[in-house]
Amino acid sequence: MKILVGIKRAVDYNVRVRVKSDGSGVETDGVKMSVNPFDEIALEEALRLKEAGKADEVIVVSIGPGDVQQQLRTGLAMGADRAIQVEAGDTLQPLTVAQVFKALAEREGAGIVFLGKQAIDDDSNQVGQMTAALWGRPQATFASKVSLNGETATVTREVDAGLETIEIDLPAVITSDLRLNEPRFVKLPDIMKAKRKPLDVIALDELGGVVGVAPEAGHHAPPEPRGRGIMVDDTAALVAELKNRGLV
Amino acid sequence: MSKILILAEHDGDTLNPGTAKAVSCAQAITAHGGGDVDILVLGDGIDGVAAQASALQGVNAVLATNAPHLAAPLAANHGPELAAAADGYSHVLAPSSTYGKDVLPHAAALMGVNALSDIMAVDGERAFKRPVYAGNAIVDVSVPEGAVIAGTTRSASWSAAGEGGSGAVQDRAAACEAAAHTRYVGLEGAGGDRPDLQTAPVVVSGGRALGSAENFDLIYGLADKLGAAVGASRAAVDAGYVPNDMQVGQTGKIISPELYLAFGISGAIQHLTGIKDAGTIVAVNKDADAPIFEVADIGLVGDLFTVIPEFEQQLS
Ligand SMILES: Cc1cc2nc3c(=O)[nH]c(=O)nc-3n(C[C@H](O)[C@H](O)[C@H](O)COP(=O)(O)OP(=O)(O)OC[C@H]3O[C@@H](n4cnc5c(N)ncnc54)[C@H](O)[C@@H]3O)c2cc1C
Ligand SMILES: Nc1ncnc2c1ncn2[C@@H]1O[C@H](COP(=O)(O)O)[C@@H](O)[C@H]1O
Repeated sequence: MKILVGIKRAVDYNVRVRVKSDGSGVETDGVKMSVNPFDEIALEEALRLKEAGKADEVIVVSIGPGDVQQQLRTGLAMGADRAIQVEAGDTLQPLTVAQVFKALAEREGAGIVFLGKQAIDDDSNQVGQMTAALWGRPQATFASKVSLNGETATVTREVDAGLETIEIDLPAVITSDLRLNEPRFVKLPDIMKAKRKPLDVIALDELGGVVGVAPEAGHHAPPEPRGRGIMVDDTAALVAELKNRGLV
Repeated sequence: MSKILILAEHDGDTLNPGTAKAVSCAQAITAHGGGDVDILVLGDGIDGVAAQASALQGVNAVLATNAPHLAAPLAANHGPELAAAADGYSHVLAPSSTYGKDVLPHAAALMGVNALSDIMAVDGERAFKRPVYAGNAIVDVSVPEGAVIAGTTRSASWSAAGEGGSGAVQDRAAACEAAAHTRYVGLEGAGGDRPDLQTAPVVVSGGRALGSAENFDLIYGLADKLGAAVGASRAAVDAGYVPNDMQVGQTGKIISPELYLAFGISGAIQHLTGIKDAGTIVAVNKDADAPIFEVADIGLVGDLFTVIPEFEQQLS
């Protein structure tokens, strides 16, 4: 079985993101870029399935301009077998990205399309659900536990009310939540090895191109500031202050 | 003129408050040129829920679809049903809960349209604001004519529509067959009698500093005294002190209580995203440089293991 893993290049989660002064977007010049954290988790899970003998090949996929090859190399260094870059601009809508994953899943005959539950730049949380819908296959989003049993998978999902379990037939789309696993660290020799692994580049048009009317992103603004309040010296002062404000 | 369909969220008996908040968002849209707001309830034996939905102020009609395969909240069944019901509507909305986020994008893809996540403000019939980068930027988005608008509504940004409405409840037959490829197994809820984290006016939260599940009893004890709900940081959930449904933040719950008390939480950006809309934030942390103090309305540098017992004492 082949597993396709979505790898999005995103501003590193430790960076304090700032809005550009002209409101045209957020500052990305000289900012550290990384693999979207949820995608690292998805890849880790795919690699563990392969190591357990339940998958034969793990293919990392990123859709975007040439820069995304850096994150694909990170994925290869973690242990993916090969990589595909789908050449495109960097402001794609989730529906287009989903169209690409559907087309690749069919082309490769994938058993699982493993994605992150959300990209921490656009925070959309849509691509997995859209891929499943377009592909006509099951979706198991927000996964915190995945077990494969032949042609089916049992997935535990983190939902607002607790932990939900569903059973799905493969092929399927699964999206990772934070507690699915802890991704491995990349070792230096693996980075060297990754340079020799195959990385194919495909044009977006070859897989269907842009779909849907794109919402237009306009002005970006920083959130309403929440100013620093007061400091109190001890618990008595804290409770007095809360009582004063009628909060307790 | 807008014609808006809202997907109701419920547990079979009770309408989730996120639905009433989505109605407020819908009304902010119809305020720009008029229109109707309808609610779609999917389930099995949901007459009670449909009645609650029809009682929301400003609701024109409630479409109630009962079918055995809709009993469980599976996107594989609810997604296609929502897409089918959406025919003829200009906007399709759902609360941005895990349910809404699971189902709405699925339906949008079937409808061939893009979707907007976490609508937090409405600037026009086709113009909205939404957060990106964990709420570090708020972006204006507009959807060009010619596409149905599909989106989830950020519950912390909207107040619930009031009651006293009298929308007509209509039976709507299911349009789609059950999806055989996905089966619901069950839900393991933390449950409990404490107030709901997403709607409680007061929330007490604990972080990694609690150190163990047993020590978390301190947080529960104070919460019970205050009649508060209990939340946690990701670190506390990951360490197994509390269940996942208590996580507050970018990837947990986004909440807007009147009072939020954080004990032993550093204030990572991903956590702060979840509490920015709180009325008053109180932080207790033994590190005076903890970033949580940058957003706290009242801060106390101290050890939570002494502060909490003192706090309880002072209250009584
Ligand atoms: C993609 C992604 C998504 C994330 N989503 C979320 C999310 O939704 N929610 C979330 O919370 N986090 C999230 N995180 C994690 C986040 O970055 C932080 O790691 C996490 O919030 C830290 O939790 P904490 O504050 O409990 O722990 P720490 O950062 O370890 O802080 C513990 C604090 O306790 C204080 N302390 C220690 N002992 C005491 C004592 N006795 N009395 C008082 N204070 C004490 C310390 O000074 C310290 O400030 C996410 C991370 C990533 C990468
Ligand atoms: N440009 C992209 N390239 C590769 N994978 C992507 C891309 N955009 C989104 N994804 C995948 O889809 C997931 C959800 O993204 P989103 O719906 O945008 O929040 C991400 O975690 C990735 O796994």
